[in-house]
Amino acid sequence: MKQSRSKNVGITFFIALLLTPVYWLLNMSFKTNQEILGSLTLFPQTFTLDNYAVIFSDPSWYNGYLNSMTYVAMNVVITLLVALPAAYAFSRYKFLGDKHLFFWLLSNRMAPPAVFLLPFFQLYSSIGLFDTHIAVALAHCLFTVPLAVWILEGFMKGVPREYDEMAFIDGYSFPRFFITVFLPMIRSGIGVTAFFTFMFSWVELLLARTLTSVDAQPIGAIMTRTIGASGIDWGVLSAAGVLTIIPGILVIWFVRNHVAKGFALGRV
Amino acid sequence: MQKIQNNRAWWLVLPVFLLVAFSALIPLMTVVNYSVQDIFGPGQAFFVGTEWFKEVLGDERLQDSLIRQFMFSGAVLLIQIPLGIGVALMMPKSGIKGSLCLILIAIPLLIPWNVVGTIWQVFARGDIGLFGWGLNELGFDYNYTGDTVDAWLTVLLMDVWHWTPLVALLCYSGLRAIPEAFYQAAEIDRASQWAVFRYIQLPRLKSVLIIAVLLRFMDSFMIYTEPFVLTGGGPGSSTTFLSQTLTTMAIGQFDLGRASAFSLIYFLIVLLISWLFFTAITQDDKEK
Repeated sequence: MKQSRSKNVGITFFIALLLTPVYWLLNMSFKTNQEILGSLTLFPQTFTLDNYAVIFSDPSWYNGYLNSMTYVAMNVVITLLVALPAAYAFSRYKFLGDKHLFFWLLSNRMAPPAVFLLPFFQLYSSIGLFDTHIAVALAHCLFTVPLAVWILEGFMKGVPREYDEMAFIDGYSFPRFFITVFLPMIRSGIGVTAFFTFMFSWVELLLARTLTSVDAQPIGAIMTRTIGASGIDWGVLSAAGVLTIIPGILVIWFVRNHVAKGFALGRV
Repeated sequence: MQKIQNNRAWWLVLPVFLLVAFSALIPLMTVVNYSVQDIFGPGQAFFVGTEWFKEVLGDERLQDSLIRQFMFSGAVLLIQIPLGIGVALMMPKSGIKGSLCLILIAIPLLIPWNVVGTIWQVFARGDIGLFGWGLNELGFDYNYTGDTVDAWLTVLLMDVWHWTPLVALLCYSGLRAIPEAFYQAAEIDRASQWAVFRYIQLPRLKSVLIIAVLLRFMDSFMIYTEPFVLTGGGPGSSTTFLSQTLTTMAIGQFDLGRASAFSLIYFLIVLLISWLFFTAITQDDKEK
């Protein structure tokens, strides 16, 4: 029992340290700018929701959230649509160049995005997709698709091939088998993959900012606006930051029971 | 599972191949294109062969940021991997407490990277941030915008805060995959805590640790957004890592040839180290 208690103390301490910076942001988002700059207080003395009101009443602010959510949702849908059949192929068949293809997919995660900004910008401008949600969604596929294939393959390997064979003997066509029999069996895997795809698309800003200017600008890019002539509007900046954390927490809540397996990224 | 040889499986992979090829190959070829040309303006490009490559290999600014980059990635791995394993060992095994821990620990991973920079920019300030203010109150002369060492440590601390959860959650899921029978056997043998860790848990964590080290190496090696927001690369160039040097060169100074040439070298370094690391480990597996 003693061991267990010291573990509990340890983990509580770690989580407390982890959450302190987040708490500080939350704390600041409920303060007025005078209080933030005036004195250091652990709790908001004059509790205010004004900072949030600014964001929810100004279209140029809340559109940023809508833009981010739109391209992230598009990215999750596209990623799942293409990654599901591919992961099935990788988990069931050997084919010409399969290992090389897999490594090539993963190697795209290793390309430093900062240096590909300009080519990306030129590519999407030349096909007329600059400043659209779909451009960001497609660009993010570069790193979400390999990851999704990787995770899904791990989940699919857990389903014995006998199921496939039995369904084919029963006269199922491949698409019908895949959609009505196979997908329901790996739905927790799909949930976890959707979560990871969401996460990596949501936190990325560099590509998203480069490929947009006005109509599809992500919230992260809009946040830099708070640096105005009169200095930084810390209150609104904090409120905007807090609001970017919430969608992630909501999404992880839905997959909390399966996410541990997803973090193994299909390789345990 | 035995896999069947069937080349028609390519049809299932084709959409992924086309989609990724579109976003990967065209930009990559553009970079290759830049790296062998000198571009003065639209339509005025001259083929210069390997000149840029020769030039960047002797460029001191790039060498400096490459060294800074290696030091940073090394420090990141040395701190985050042991810490992550430790945290994973302490996490409750199941139940509502387990889920709660998991979600709370995952929070830093769900924050957009520029917001991570913003959080630490505020948190570490001496006047309005708890961390900076606390250190100053304790008598440390801490100022991350003025002092080189402080800035470097702050960026490192931010990265530890941001990414240790990933290592911890990877290890946690690895630990969950160990069958209970292993622990029971250890208990019968009266194995010590250390022996359980050394001979049961650590070997079983190997596959997730490979992923953790690879991911952390790759991502820390191309870190850009967080230090850019936090310190802007300063003071001086103490926290200007490789990505930022290259971005400034390509977009700020429009020095495309040089930036592209070094980008390719940079990409090859990451590929090579990942590949070496990967083969070293799979080789090790075969020998056993």
